[in-house]
Amino acid sequence: MRDYVLFSGNEACAEAAIYAGCRFFAGYPITPASEIAEHLAKRLPEVNGVYVQMEDEIASMAAVIGASWAGVKSMTATSGPGFSLMQENISYAYMTETPCVVVDVQRSGPSTGQATMPSQQDVYQARYGAHGDYESIVLCPWSVQETFYLTVRAFNLSEKFRVPVILLSDEVIGHMRENFLLPSEGEVEVIDRIKPERDLHFEPFGAKDPSMVPPMPSFGEGYRLLVTGSAHRENGVRDYTPSVHQKLLERITKKILNRKEEIVEIETRYVDDAKTILVCYGSVARPALGAVELARKHGLKVGMIRLKTLWPFPDDEIAGTCEEVEKIYVPEMNMGKIVREVKRCVGNVEVTSIPKVGGVIHGVKEIYQWISSGGEG
Amino acid sequence: MDFFRGRRIKMKSARYYREKYLRNLPTKFCPGCGNGTVLNCFVRAIDDLKIDLDKLLCVSGIGCSAWIPSPFINSDTLHVTHGRAIAFATGAKLANNKLEVVVFTGDGDGAGIGGNHLIHAARRNINLTVILINNLIYAMTGGQVAPTTPANMRTSTTPYGNPEYMFDLCKLVSAAGATYVARTTTLHPLEIISFVKEAIRNRGFSFVEVISQCPTEFGRKNKLDLKQTINYIREITTRKEEEGKLRLGIIHKGERKEFTERIKETGGAAVAES
Repeated sequence: MRDYVLFSGNEACAEAAIYAGCRFFAGYPITPASEIAEHLAKRLPEVNGVYVQMEDEIASMAAVIGASWAGVKSMTATSGPGFSLMQENISYAYMTETPCVVVDVQRSGPSTGQATMPSQQDVYQARYGAHGDYESIVLCPWSVQETFYLTVRAFNLSEKFRVPVILLSDEVIGHMRENFLLPSEGEVEVIDRIKPERDLHFEPFGAKDPSMVPPMPSFGEGYRLLVTGSAHRENGVRDYTPSVHQKLLERITKKILNRKEEIVEIETRYVDDAKTILVCYGSVARPALGAVELARKHGLKVGMIRLKTLWPFPDDEIAGTCEEVEKIYVPEMNMGKIVREVKRCVGNVEVTSIPKVGGVIHGVKEIYQWISSGGEG
Repeated sequence: MDFFRGRRIKMKSARYYREKYLRNLPTKFCPGCGNGTVLNCFVRAIDDLKIDLDKLLCVSGIGCSAWIPSPFINSDTLHVTHGRAIAFATGAKLANNKLEVVVFTGDGDGAGIGGNHLIHAARRNINLTVILINNLIYAMTGGQVAPTTPANMRTSTTPYGNPEYMFDLCKLVSAAGATYVARTTTLHPLEIISFVKEAIRNRGFSFVEVISQCPTEFGRKNKLDLKQTINYIREITTRKEEEGKLRLGIIHKGERKEFTERIKETGGAAVAES
């Protein structure tokens, strides 16, 4: 029998990267994400992987993309300010269809804000932070154990769709210690990179595959690849023709949107007879569940939806679950962000934001107060 | 052309180099640009070294210099964001140490926006070759002042003359810890070939700066024609130590262990060699 260990979210994230086959990490120290780098600095050499501390977050993201094209699963981890610095190269990863994982352990901003305290203020940065037009995949764990599963899943999705995937953790999840069980080999599915058949005329940005995700060759394999952030043809040659650019952008957005159902995951609790629903994500889902259970004890028909995938946004899943619902609350550690997306999905249902800033997470009774008073907090 | 005097030049046909090393695409450099000279010399250098094109990775950022390898050199090429070529190259090299990684960068790309990456790659002494083409100006964006623009020269953003002093990049990179540092100009093609060969052979961080003429932007802004632009490069360079001028030749050779050797030495992983 395997033993549980007491692990933090950041440590679980680092172990999950090793489990998923990540063998390259480039990063720069930042609270509250540094433990991921520290853990991997120790662990990667044990599995013949490479850890390098770069001169800043810009260089870290660049090195991760370079390593991915050299054929190695790669990751970096940071928090809000560093995530901002990475955005230009994250955009490059979308354009060049480079699989990699970026972890943002959210802290309270704007700017240096409250460097050691949690927030969920980066939910739009994770979706829209990079310039240009693209579709992103953003996953959001609520426990130490789930940080492991969603980190592995982030690598799987990044390889499957050839995109950078964002794991949006927060200071609560990153630093919290919980019982953690390291899955044994083979217990959790790991998807490896799909390589092209040995064909030197292969087009690395081609659309022949019906999935719209071309297999990915690596540097040094003889393909003589042209990889560029400029608009490019299917063979990689830079080309600014309007139709070439349009075709490229249609493909890199549709490859995600057309297979949204393979990506989106939500979890529901007590929703069958619920008249009131809490839509929540990340660490805030923990006090939210407490509030739901407290409300049930008081005879209130309250349920909750937890978003494990934040983007692509689970429009249909939320709308479907909320058909019979009278009232929706959206507690989040920001001034009210995801609440706007929920309003967009549910039509005429009354949607109320439960904002929280100041670097502290909602309390159970605080959320319960909002529900039981009918929305005035 | 003092450099040619008394030297025998071994030449293969232009067609041989073109067909073996270049993709069949028209280059887009302005008439009189020095980038073609650098491309030509680089191809001759890797031919002399018998570099396997399947194992060569050319990385470049943004600016005219970035277009030297991309998309013309028939190897793997990675054409990245402005200033970050050395950082991308670091990742690729650490992930596959068997790749021969060469970075093409310019003075704006490598010394302006990307200066920090240049310093730290030199400090690590990672086995990369950086060829920095210094045309003294931001040319692709229309002739703005660069950190390398000599004092008093006119650019589109220094219409009254440049109040800043130019950057001596070879001194910077030498001080940071590079193990091969050399500077030449596009007027010395044989020296470019020889420096590039030595740079690639050096196991460590190698830096070759090539001062290059830009008649379209630097020349025009300063009312210099092609010949005068080239003569201006002669004026600001020297073979001796002279205050305010850029010294040509091998500037620095150092003895430090290469980064991946140091990783192994300190107990880190054997760097992946796929």
